Amino acid sequence: MARPVRFNVQAEKDVKLVKEGPEGYTGEGFFATSLDKVVGLARSNSMWPLPFATSCCGIEFMALMGANYDFARFGSERVGFSPRQCDLLMVMGTIAKKMGPVVKQVYLQMAEPRWVMAMGACASSGGIFDTYSVLQGIDQIIPVDVYVPGCPPRPEAVIDGFMKIQELVHNKEVIRRRTSDKYQALMESYGIQ
Amino acid sequence: MPLTNEIVAKKLTEHFGDQLTGFEEPYGLLTFTAPKDLNLKVMQFLYDDPELQFRFLTDLTGVHYPDRKGEELAVVYHLHNLADNKRVRMKVFTDIASPDVFTATALYASANWMERETFDFFGVNFVGHPNLKRVLNVDEMDYFPMRKEYPLEDQTRVDKDDEMFGRGGHIGI
Repeated sequence: MARPVRFNVQAEKDVKLVKEGPEGYTGEGFFATSLDKVVGLARSNSMWPLPFATSCCGIEFMALMGANYDFARFGSERVGFSPRQCDLLMVMGTIAKKMGPVVKQVYLQMAEPRWVMAMGACASSGGIFDTYSVLQGIDQIIPVDVYVPGCPPRPEAVIDGFMKIQELVHNKEVIRRRTSDKYQALMESYGIQ
Repeated sequence: MPLTNEIVAKKLTEHFGDQLTGFEEPYGLLTFTAPKDLNLKVMQFLYDDPELQFRFLTDLTGVHYPDRKGEELAVVYHLHNLADNKRVRMKVFTDIASPDVFTATALYASANWMERETFDFFGVNFVGHPNLKRVLNVDEMDYFPMRKEYPLEDQTRVDKDDEMFGRGGHIGI
C-alpha cells in the first residue's frame, strides 16, 4: 500500500502532461510562427549536457541517466564531455578551490548559448564542507542558471531543475543571448570576455 | 622464528642504545621515538638488517601538539615488513620555529608525495627534498591548515546564520 502524498499537494492542479507547441497561425498543411519560438523549442528539447561530475551527485546523475529515471527522454540522450559541443554544464559535486580554475576553463570553452546547472548542495553553496579547501558555491566563479538543492538531490529533483532550464531556454531567452546587455553585464561581473 | 615486537625492540636498542625512547605498543603496534637527526639512520638500519627488513613505508604524516613546547610538530613514519607482516611506527619530534627534518625520499620513493603533503598541511621543511611544494592545497595559500592555530571554516562566507552554529545571533563570524 503506497504512502499517501504529503508534500506539494497545493501545486498546480491543471498540469498538462503534453506540452503544447508554440503559438502560431495554423492552416491546412502549414503552421506559421516566429523563428524564436521554433528555435527555442528545438533547443530546449535537445539539450546536450556536460556532466561535470565530481562526487556523490555524479552517482545520482548516473542513476538519472539509467533506465528507471531516464534522462534521455528530455533529449539529453547524448551526454558529451567536450565543452564545445554541449549546451548545459551540469556541475555535480564538491568543487575544491584547486578545481575552481578548471571549472572556469571548461565554462569558457563552451560555445554560446550555454547554461549552467549547479546540482547538489556542494556546487550551490559549498554544502556541508564549510572549510578552507572547498569553494563555497560555483557561482563565485561562473554564472549559474539553476540551482538544484539536495545532498544528493533525488533524480526527480534534478529532472525538476532540468525542466526549469528547459523553460528558460524555450520561453524566456531571446534567440541570441550573447548580444543582450543583461548577459554582457553578467559576464563582466565574472571577469569573462 | 617469527619476528616479534620484542625482537625488533631489542635489536633497535642494541644498535642505538638509549637514543631511542618511548617504546610502547598501542594496539600491538610497536612505537618508539627517535631524535630528529637520527631518523634516516634508524630507517636505514631497519631497511638493511637481514632479520628486520622493513622495506615498505606505509605512511608518513605529521601531528601538531601545541602543548609540547619545543617539540610541537611530530613526523610519524609507519614502516612495514612485507615478508613477516610486521609493522613499526617511528615518531620524530621537531620544534615549530625551525621544523627541519631530513627527507626519506632517498630511501623510499613513496616518501616524496607524502612529505609534500606533510609540508602542505603542517609546514615541516624536509631538508633535501627534490620538489618540496604544496600538493593538495592551492599554491598561493600562505598558511598551514592542519596546525591547530587556524580556523577551520572558510572566512569568506557572509551569509552564515550563526544561531544555527551555536554562536550567538549575528551574521558573519
